[in-house]
Amino acid sequence: MADIARLKELSAQMRRDIIRMVYNCKSGHPGGSLGCVEFFAALYGNVLKHTPNRFKMEGNNQDMFFLSNGHISPVWYSVLARTGYFAVQELATFRKLNSRLQGHPTTHEGLPGVRMASGSLGQGISVAIGAALAKKMDGDKRWVFCLTGDGELDEGQNWEAIMFGAHHKVDNLIVVVDWNGQQIDGSTEDVMDLGNLPAKWKAFGWDVLKLENGNDVEAVIAMLRRAKRRCGKGKPVVILMKTEMGHGVDFMAGTHEWHGKPPNDEQFERAMAQLTETSLGDF
Amino acid sequence: MNINDIQSTGSKATREGFGQGFLEVGRQNPNIVGLTADLLGSLQMQHFKKEFPERFFQVGIAEANMMGIAAGLATAGKIPFTGTFANFSTGRVYDQIRQSIAYSHKNVKICASHAGLTLGEDGATHQILEDIGMMRMLPGMVVINPCDYNQTKAATIAIAKHYGPVYLRFGRPSWPIFTPEDQEFKIGKAQVLATGTDLSIFACGHMVWIAVEAAKELHAQGISCEVINIHTIKPLDEKAILASVKKTRAVVVAEEHQINGGLGDAIAHVLTQNLPAPMEYVAVKDSFGESGKPLELLDKYGLSKKDILWAAKDVLDRKK
Repeated sequence: MADIARLKELSAQMRRDIIRMVYNCKSGHPGGSLGCVEFFAALYGNVLKHTPNRFKMEGNNQDMFFLSNGHISPVWYSVLARTGYFAVQELATFRKLNSRLQGHPTTHEGLPGVRMASGSLGQGISVAIGAALAKKMDGDKRWVFCLTGDGELDEGQNWEAIMFGAHHKVDNLIVVVDWNGQQIDGSTEDVMDLGNLPAKWKAFGWDVLKLENGNDVEAVIAMLRRAKRRCGKGKPVVILMKTEMGHGVDFMAGTHEWHGKPPNDEQFERAMAQLTETSLGDF
Repeated sequence: MNINDIQSTGSKATREGFGQGFLEVGRQNPNIVGLTADLLGSLQMQHFKKEFPERFFQVGIAEANMMGIAAGLATAGKIPFTGTFANFSTGRVYDQIRQSIAYSHKNVKICASHAGLTLGEDGATHQILEDIGMMRMLPGMVVINPCDYNQTKAATIAIAKHYGPVYLRFGRPSWPIFTPEDQEFKIGKAQVLATGTDLSIFACGHMVWIAVEAAKELHAQGISCEVINIHTIKPLDEKAILASVKKTRAVVVAEEHQINGGLGDAIAHVLTQNLPAPMEYVAVKDSFGESGKPLELLDKYGLSKKDILWAAKDVLDRKK
């Protein structure tokens, strides 16, 4: 339980980081970032086997993570900094000139922890499959994780990749869908209905897991561990993870309105008042 | 180097050179892997697949996914060679290449067959004439279009040893072989096929042989042509280009590509900055192709020997 308390504190601090980062540069994507805090805290704080201070692009004998929905970079940068990939102070450079913390994640500036540029949507699952295939060829028993948005599943390339994953039995791959039901122009139901998402993945030959509360860090850990156990059986695994966009800040929660805009001064104060300080300290 | 010394020793498709080169590098380096989007035989990748089935992936007709998987394989230390038609290797997947391969600087070799008009009967849907332009615009991308079977094989071997993204362009039809077997291919180093003093002809891909034939005829008319094979369009061998034009002060560029964005534009860019000289493009004049036989198409779209001869006359007149 000590670990859960630590991860809850990490999550609380990541929420403060996200709001402060987007407020600091007056741009960025707080909604999806806030919704995925518990996922990142669970993954980087508990599940991944990784060596943050000795990051290697190839990731041999380590777990690898790819972020497909690159716009939620604030939450990723926060967890990378908070788990030791780079100095926490660097979060202050987010989206500013000469920063390694580009608006969308890139490898171009050499930021430790990032293995692929993302932002143009729909490419992450393909990339993760490539890395997973390489691990299989090398006899490397570790896992490859990929987070993708649900709105992002509108992109056809995902379904090419999903078909490939089953056909080639890429069973060391765990894809997590941030199933928050929102995208830029509205709810996924209104913009482009995903229909019966579990049935779709199942029909494409994946082992489908559902997580009802992706904003409960304990539940996320349990589900990620369960997904790891389901690997190695001839099917790639997907976790359809229900989250609340904007979770943790009342006026940002559950709406697409905060997909890609920063709070103004008054909204910033209101948000920060809801996000209590932690012992980890702000950047 | 005399133009009349250049002789064809046979004929094979450049894509067959790729297939042989790919097999050879596969034997040299266990990290090399292959992918195809349902065009195994067209790309001549079956030799590699037969010998290294565990290092080859059939992706199906899903080129975008193929580029992403290649980028992921490269991230984990493999050297992926993707194989599909040039059309589907570039325009169809430009954004995937841009973000996951070029911007992310992944060691992916994009191997593209059936480029240009000489694809033939399949027509304009498949005859891409914009690919060199698209690929050379991407920062960090190496762009190569070798001239014959032997050179395509050598280029395939060379790109395996180069770290970084590469676009390797070749073609479908059987084409004269006139460069040496087992040649060393130097990326970015222009190949001077014949030296001359009156006119520089720069060409890439299939058009190099046509340039050689044209230069022979010009030679018979008493015009001394320097024929230079620019097999690497990026990085461009500016030094070789300027050294030649300094002598000749007259330029013809021949390429199986749109007049916009290809080798001609790359050379014009160098010349306008350093050494303006009369220059003519032998390229497709801002149009799509159509069905037909390769040589008929080159003739109709202004890429034949006679087009090079006209272009030569034009620049030589302007030079006076």
